[in-house]
Formats: sequence, C-alpha cells, structure tokens
Amino acid sequence: MAEFFALIGNTWEVVRFPLGGAACLLGAILCIVGTIGVLRFPDFYTRVHAASITDTSGAGLVLIGMALMAPHWIILVKVFCIMGFLLLTSVTSSHALVNAAHTAGLQPKIGPMGRSGHEEDEEDKH
Amino acid sequence: MAYLLGTFFAIFAFWMGNSGHYKPLMLGFAALSFAITLVLCARLKILDREGAPYVRLFGWLAYYPWLAWEVVKSNWVIIKACLRAELDISPSLVKLKTICKSDLAKVTFANSITMTPGTVTVEIEGDKLLVHGLYEANTQPEAFEEMDRRCARAADPAEKHA
Amino acid sequence: MTLAALFAVLIGMCLLLVRALLGPTLYDRVLAVNSFGTKTVLVIGLLGYVMGRTDFLDIAILYTLINFVATIAILKFFRYRSFQVPLARRADPAARGGDSNG
Repeated sequence: MAEFFALIGNTWEVVRFPLGGAACLLGAILCIVGTIGVLRFPDFYTRVHAASITDTSGAGLVLIGMALMAPHWIILVKVFCIMGFLLLTSVTSSHALVNAAHTAGLQPKIGPMGRSGHEEDEEDKH
Repeated sequence: MAYLLGTFFAIFAFWMGNSGHYKPLMLGFAALSFAITLVLCARLKILDREGAPYVRLFGWLAYYPWLAWEVVKSNWVIIKACLRAELDISPSLVKLKTICKSDLAKVTFANSITMTPGTVTVEIEGDKLLVHGLYEANTQPEAFEEMDRRCARAADPAEKHA
Repeated sequence: MTLAALFAVLIGMCLLLVRALLGPTLYDRVLAVNSFGTKTVLVIGLLGYVMGRTDFLDIAILYTLINFVATIAILKFFRYRSFQVPLARRADPAARGGDSNG
C-alpha cells in the first residue's frame, strides 16, 4: 500500500509540470480571446463582458497552472491569495466601471445586432 | 470579541502563509504588526459582522464551487461569441428583484452576477437590480432565481442575525 | 511552455493598448487599463516562474491591490473632479464611511 502511494506521488511529481504549463498556456490564450472580444464588440457595455473572460477564466487558469507548478507550499498560499484578491477586486472594479458609466448617462445599445449589417462599419462609426 | 478573534486568526493565517521566516525576531515583528492592525481596526470601527464575516465561511465554501461551474459554462458561450466570424449578439437590460435581505447577501448576489461572464450588475437600489446581459435569451429573470436562492442561503443563514 | 504563456499574455496586452488608445469614451479606456493591470499581475507571476524566482509573487499580490485602488480612484476623480469627497451612496446618508471622516 505504501508503495502504491509512493508510486502515485512520484507520478504526480512528474506529471504536474506539463499539466501546469498547459493550464498556463490555455489561460494566456483565453486572455488573447478576451482581448479580441474587447476590440470587436460594438459598445462599452458589451466590451465589459469580453473583459470579464480575462478576469475570471483567463487569470484563473494561469493561476491554477502556477499553483500546479509550485515548488513550495508558501508559493501555493501566495498563488491562492492572488486568486482570491483578483476575483474579488476585478469583479468589483468592473461593477464600479459600469455603474459610473450608467450614472454618467452612457446609453447601452439594446437589441439584436450583427448578422444583418457589417460589424466593421459599426466599429468605425464612432 | 468574537469578531476581534476572527480578524486576529485571519491576519495570523495571512502572515504565516506569506512570510516563510519563523525566527523569534520575525515573530516578534509579526506580533507587533498584529497589535497595530487590530488597534487600527477597532479605531475605524470595522470589527462588526460585515468586517469579519467568518461565520459564513462554510456557506460560501458550499456556494463558490457551484458558482465556478456556472462561470465555466457561461465562459464557453462568451468565447464563442468573441471568436465567431460574424458578430451575433443581442444586448439587453433586465430588472431583477432579489430575495436576499442583508447587505452582505445582496453584495454576494451582485458579485456573482458580475463574475459570470455575459451578465453584469449595473445598479442596486433596495432589492432591485439592473442587469446588463450579452444575450437576451440568457438574461431573463428566471435564469437568476437559483443563484438568488443559493446566495440567500449562503450569506443569510436562517435570519438569526437580523 | 511557461515562456509561451508569458508571450501570449504580452500579445494580449499589446492588443489592449490599441483599445486604450482608440476607445471612443473614457470608460473604454479605463476598462482597457483595468484589464491591462490584471494581465500585468499574470505577467509578473509568469516571469517569476520563468526566471525561477518565485519571490515575484509578493509583488504580484501588491499589484493586484494597487490596480483595484487605481481604478476606483480614476473613476472617483472623473465623477467628482476631486479626491476629497467621501464615497457614500446618496440613498444612504447615514453611511458609516461619511461621518468618521470629519
């Protein structure tokens, strides 16, 4: 039984580095996807949604990858501290942004868009 | 007193997890900084049930894994919306009514809505929320009922503090 | 692999700068800067892993908190044109933050 657990431990020590690297890479790619959304979407309120991909899944996956590759338990605690702070603060600041824009009188575009017109035109109109 | 102890244990765990040096000199500095922090917190009068909500830790521990799965599901929708060759979205503003009573539960609920990609809380007034969503079909008020119930259960345990 | 992730996040930051430079409203720019700060935290952490100096994570924790405060400060400044106004909801005049300031 002890041998079995030792085997699992050894396998985990080998496997966790490629796994963590893959999670980091996937999260970074999701960051780029969110940025593409920020560049493409037509108005401010929809861009917030695209930016929240970066804030939740992109940053979350990169930090999970870092936690998998952690060489010491203190590093693990620090990575989880960053994750907690990041999830709390980025969500709060995006709410503050949207609330400030709404209070200042920026009107969102409502209703279906895309499909019928050219999305490039909608970008360039402003 | 209980709030003081809760805050003390929180900053104790934070220091021990982040420092990595356990020599007597460093521990002395740590004790000094704990004392200063607690005195400052008491002077700011933030040692109340909002400032030290550690009783609700277990409710939140049960709630956040469920929220994480919801976040993953709605992330997939928004990623497809970002990468589609033609833009195909229908933004909408929805008014919601929440059953959460305390401010803490309302904050948890609004925070969860904002954390889920595709929906963002624009404003809270009393028990009404204004929510902006990327897809009109996904932001009907019925879609938020389960989240609302779970938030109320996580942050308002049995109304015993009301 | 970590290096590739680092470069991917850096590409994302460059694309965000485009939005920050050409965003039509103020809020687009603040959104881009806020997202840029989140990515900066990731870059600092990944750089620590690439260089083998994980002490960088301490800086990343600090940068997370500073980024939040900076966003709130920018929004507050453009709403009230001053940093000296206590932040309290209008619907809630007896807010605790308001009276302890005087």
